[in-house]
Amino acid sequence: MENEACELFDSGHRACGGCGAALASRLILKAAGKDVIVVSATGCLEVFSTPYPETAWKVPWVHSLFENNSAVASGIEASLKRQGRKEKVIAIGGDGATFDIGILCLSGAFERGHDFTYICYDNEAYMNTGIQRSGATPYDASTTTTPAGRCSYGNPRPKKDMPAILAAHGSPYIATTSIAYPRDMIEKVKRAIETQGPTYVQVHAPCCTGWGFEGEKTVAIAKLALETGLFVSYEMVDGSVVKVKKVLRKPVEEYLSTQRRFRHLFKPKRNDAEIAKIQAIADRNAEKFGIDIKLKKPAAE
Amino acid sequence: MMEITEGSHAVAHAVKLCRPQVIAAYPITPQTHIVEALAGMAADGEIDCEYITVESEFSALSACLGASAAGSRVYSATTSQGLALMFEVCFNVAGLRLPVVMTIANRALGAPLSIWNDQQDSISLRDSGWLQFYAEDNQEAADLHYLAYRVAEDHRVLLPAFVCFDGFVLSHTYEPVNVASQEEIDRFLPPFQPPQRLDSKDPISMGMYATPEYYMEFRYETDAAMHRANAVIQEAGMAFDEIFGRNYCGLTESYRLDDAETVFIAMGSICGTVKDAIDQMRDEGEKVGLLRIRCFRPFPLEEVRAALRNAAVVAVLDRNISLGSRGAVVLEVRDALYGSGVKVLGYIIGLGGRDVTKADIRKVAQLAKSGEGDLFYGLRREVL
Amino acid sequence: MPLGLGCSARPGRAKDNRTGSWRVFWPRFDHSKCSKCGMCQTLCPEGCISEDGEGTFQPDLTYCKGCGICAEECPGGAIQMEKEEK
Repeated sequence: MENEACELFDSGHRACGGCGAALASRLILKAAGKDVIVVSATGCLEVFSTPYPETAWKVPWVHSLFENNSAVASGIEASLKRQGRKEKVIAIGGDGATFDIGILCLSGAFERGHDFTYICYDNEAYMNTGIQRSGATPYDASTTTTPAGRCSYGNPRPKKDMPAILAAHGSPYIATTSIAYPRDMIEKVKRAIETQGPTYVQVHAPCCTGWGFEGEKTVAIAKLALETGLFVSYEMVDGSVVKVKKVLRKPVEEYLSTQRRFRHLFKPKRNDAEIAKIQAIADRNAEKFGIDIKLKKPAAE
Repeated sequence: MMEITEGSHAVAHAVKLCRPQVIAAYPITPQTHIVEALAGMAADGEIDCEYITVESEFSALSACLGASAAGSRVYSATTSQGLALMFEVCFNVAGLRLPVVMTIANRALGAPLSIWNDQQDSISLRDSGWLQFYAEDNQEAADLHYLAYRVAEDHRVLLPAFVCFDGFVLSHTYEPVNVASQEEIDRFLPPFQPPQRLDSKDPISMGMYATPEYYMEFRYETDAAMHRANAVIQEAGMAFDEIFGRNYCGLTESYRLDDAETVFIAMGSICGTVKDAIDQMRDEGEKVGLLRIRCFRPFPLEEVRAALRNAAVVAVLDRNISLGSRGAVVLEVRDALYGSGVKVLGYIIGLGGRDVTKADIRKVAQLAKSGEGDLFYGLRREVL
Repeated sequence: MPLGLGCSARPGRAKDNRTGSWRVFWPRFDHSKCSKCGMCQTLCPEGCISEDGEGTFQPDLTYCKGCGICAEECPGGAIQMEKEEK
């Protein structure tokens, strides 16, 4: 039963209204329970939840730097092991901390096989510093460092495949999920925590401020990311994909057209060539992961 | 028990006796013999700890930070470029008030790349909030680890500490070292009792961010802890003397200082050479002496002021340089003696492994007496 | 209150910050349309929607920022965002 008593992430935090990362944090703690130690990387979540002395965290929590949450988690895990303590260790970071600046520490911690769970709340850019691109920013998204312009369609590179990189480290459990599917997310976070060894969960968490949409649409847009095949929800066990969320796929423009960061693909005039490239990314995802629900009867001819 | 042992092994043995629960370190010359020796002890079950073989110095200190926050006594060792890579974490560990102890096998910083000794690495972190101890010989290098843990973990202090000893000159040199017993160290160094730790039974948020309403007060508190450390170091030094009969009661050591007119100030292994040169000069009737800085942070302002009250000229030997200014030690000494009328001259000496001999020290004494100073000593003009 | 060592603090103080003052629209719950699915509570980024033990959900307006996710995601259309009169 969900009730206020089991809320481990307090109200009163300073996230924007409709923040995907704030919702992600609540759900992570719902899944994790109170016998955990959380290490936060510098970022939106860290800042909006812990201006001294107003912490939103009701579990033990520590912040050190932007790029070292995995290494700090390594040390905590080693210390707990030495003390014979049973708490689980969770490192949380945004996509900038995870995909970019913290990848050295993350790689080291996974290679060493520490028993901890790394959770990336992926909002696809550096939001805390004002929406600059990261290695997780999708193709053609306009950010403040990859603005769309007369010679630019936005971010020129596709999103880095972080789960595959960590799978290559021999991680026993890796999952992607979305705040739009809270039950799925809670189950995956629980499974990651329960699995011995370094595990990874990447949570797609839209940012209304950075992506450019009204706060009430956060969950709806997160759903569209999955429904168009631009974000795939899956689980990997010992390096193999074992479960994929299937969808009746929608065209990508249903997702793109809801967000200011892709507005240049539609205005002043529609850019069919670039939209087709993004559709091709979704198509490749669909093929790679087999996400399409095949209807038994073909649609009316 | 007296043993002839390599400096790094003396340090590793001392660290073992301190019973660290988590060690995280990354190899770098000339620190490697320490972490290899500790890894060997861990492999043979001679030391009861988690040994994390991290992928960088940055992660070494970050892992120590996490383990310390979770309540363990932790240890790391590094030098030069490795310490530079830890820069950001160093400030963080101090700000979080975690009593991490780390050995620095002092080495020059690149560019140009140099694996040889000076003290630029640790000096460059003088503002980071770490206690800084400098050893003259390997006995002291070992002993300062016991002292460092005791002071760092004292609840009046709760700050991290560097134990600095000169790379190669000490780390790779065999010297007789009086090795302590576990029983003696256990008597001197109680188990780590953190005032707070990450614990699900008593949750706390550590390392929150401070708005302008709070930031200065946190900095003030950390600085106040550094100043409180002065008395705690003296206390610990006296307790150490009682058990071991070796005197570390002050933050400085005076050598033939009583009637000295020309006084050297230096840190680290160079002080052995300075002492020899002083003996020679004393035999020749020169009134020279040495004030050795054992603890650079906190800076022993009052001790320096009191010790140099009657000096005519002070010659500060800096094995570091704050480029565009002067050596770090001479700046501190001038501050300490401001308004006293004592003449303070600085000499940048022995950078990047350049040998400093007794003859050099004698020359510096002459320069100081003639009022010549604030210069690089011993430059090879022919290659400039 | 002395400063927390190393900029640390005990839980509970976030509640000092009453984020309800940010709100422009507020969520009006029509309990007759509520199917008691609890989706509003699950998806609230503030964690400020609670259930009274009998399946009736209510936002805590002290903290509700009025983001509107609950209204948008309520499958029965039981929540309406209305301009707040201040």
